[in-house]
Amino acid sequence: MDYQSVLTTCTYCGCGCGLYLEVLDGRITHTLPSKTSPVNEGKLCVKGWYIHEFIQHPNRLTTPLMRQDGALKETSWESALDYAASELKRIKEANGPDAIAFLTSAKCTNEDNYLLQKLARAAIGTNNVDHCARL
Amino acid sequence: MTNSFDEIEDADCIFIIGSNTSVGHPLIATRVYRAKAKGAKLIVVDPREIQMARFADIYARQTLGTDVALLNGMMNVIYRNGWHDKKFVEERTENFDAFVEMIEKFPPERASEISGISVDDIVKMAEYYAKAKAASIIYCMGITQHTTGVDNVKTLANLSMLCGHIGRPSTGVNPLRGQNNVQGACDMGGLPNVYPGYQAVNVPDIQAKFEKAWNATLSPKVGLTIMEMMDGLLDGRVKGLVIMGENPMVSDPDIHHVKHALEAAEFLMVIDIFPTPTTELAHLVLPAASFAEKDGTFSNSERRVQRVRKAIEPVGEARYDWQIIQDISNRLGYPMNFQSAEEIFNEMASVTPAYAGISYPRLEGDGLAWPCPTPDHPGTPYLHKDKFSRGLGLFSAIDYRAPAEVPDDEYPFWLTTGRAYVHYHTGTMTRRSAHLEKEMPEAIVELHPDDAEELQIAEGERIEVSSRRGTITIRAMVTDRIGKGVVFIPFHFAETAANVLTNAALDPIAKIPEYKVCAVKLAKAA
Repeated sequence: MDYQSVLTTCTYCGCGCGLYLEVLDGRITHTLPSKTSPVNEGKLCVKGWYIHEFIQHPNRLTTPLMRQDGALKETSWESALDYAASELKRIKEANGPDAIAFLTSAKCTNEDNYLLQKLARAAIGTNNVDHCARL
Repeated sequence: MTNSFDEIEDADCIFIIGSNTSVGHPLIATRVYRAKAKGAKLIVVDPREIQMARFADIYARQTLGTDVALLNGMMNVIYRNGWHDKKFVEERTENFDAFVEMIEKFPPERASEISGISVDDIVKMAEYYAKAKAASIIYCMGITQHTTGVDNVKTLANLSMLCGHIGRPSTGVNPLRGQNNVQGACDMGGLPNVYPGYQAVNVPDIQAKFEKAWNATLSPKVGLTIMEMMDGLLDGRVKGLVIMGENPMVSDPDIHHVKHALEAAEFLMVIDIFPTPTTELAHLVLPAASFAEKDGTFSNSERRVQRVRKAIEPVGEARYDWQIIQDISNRLGYPMNFQSAEEIFNEMASVTPAYAGISYPRLEGDGLAWPCPTPDHPGTPYLHKDKFSRGLGLFSAIDYRAPAEVPDDEYPFWLTTGRAYVHYHTGTMTRRSAHLEKEMPEAIVELHPDDAEELQIAEGERIEVSSRRGTITIRAMVTDRIGKGVVFIPFHFAETAANVLTNAALDPIAKIPEYKVCAVKLAKAA
């Protein structure tokens, strides 16, 4: 039996509460508030207390899906990434970099966001970068 | 936020406007309760008599979209009575005369007529706020999601400067960030006009700095905002859209319009953790690791940068978002070779002055609030001490403008949208949480008992709510929490999406849609 509790930051609202995910044999079973977090000081809201319930939900996307004959079908990472790159390259060559736009994410990490805007600006060459701050 | 969470509890006046704090930001609400227990005056202004209103010394219900008129009226009262901070105004601000000329046009009687709030309440709110030693303004999307969003924010800034309630502990203008990392996404340059750290893309020196750092030729042209991207897809300027962790098919206004736009894309790629109405339209869907499966950082509402730590392996074949981006970049011929999230953070910090002093080892413990320019800097709990970013604080003369759409004979009700306590944003996470979904498995529309009686709508009855953009069928909740002539719908539910109804009219500067105000009609379901 392998048990760990991992301190991390809640993914819901802008409070940023510190919480421990309790992991038993690779499954997250419970959530505990961090007592030393300067944000939540040992408390959590109802969404935070149940945050473990969505993480390993059976509906999670687990394989790349590519549209073929009108329907999304499972595919390999290699072919998915090749397809993404070839489509972005094709559009950039045919219509210029500003024909491509990117939505970064208020749910993803700083690191994910930094890299996606870098991809847009440095690899594609467009400032068409936004996210749902307005929404 | 200009100030930090903990400072809220030492304010002696808290003015909450357009924030359902106990629902949207429960742990910030805790600070408000504590301040109240210590004797602070609490003012709540909201179209709904939200939970926080029960604790308020003054609760006032404004007519939708009239915040500028109300606030100008409060400032008129403050100025005329000489309750403002003359020293602060003189030493720290400019353009005061033009501002005064504008607020002179808003005597409390006129502000009352426009906002629907009594003259007595306007005077009392003005007095509580102005006479406090340290007053804190808390707002959220109820202020910003208007065609006058920028005007509303500037008007709150005027109020704080007029009374000198900024640049000190427990004061400030404090927008609560709706998403866990909306602060970080902005900080990282997830905006069309700025690189990381709000460095403008159209300033040649800054462009040169990033061209050198990234070894690439960069565009000086400001890009498209999200709503302009949708329009661009429809008119053919935009052919490809890459979406990471967003669900515009539920979150954006006027969903029918968004659907047409996404369907027009030659290439739509979505990176996400769950299937959503948006992934259904994609040509390519890539499975991402959730927050529990990766390392990284989030930056919260008080600008505190905190660690995210990997608890489990990514489910199935899911990959880190940054890994997916890097693999595509390498295929495009722009090499990236990061081995960890920490390496990405370090590169980001090297080009982002406000994060320059932050590193993973320094984030152990309490995290750090930016600006943190050097490795020995302790972080910055509150902004604008002694000096504003631009030097002097700029008063803006702001006139009242009505919302883009107001009720008429055909669509006689106001609609406003917001959140419910157990659900979150488009519901992709909370609605897959058994306990939360059980609490609230479907959307409701709140309407006032008088309106329900007149339309003969019973509690729990399914009714049709229609705007000029669409119709949804939804269960009625009859409650005097909402004002007469107004209805409220939470936007978490894809199957009864409030955003089928909302108006995509934008603020001219921030390009934020007017989610908080549109006109609808109600009818018994067929």
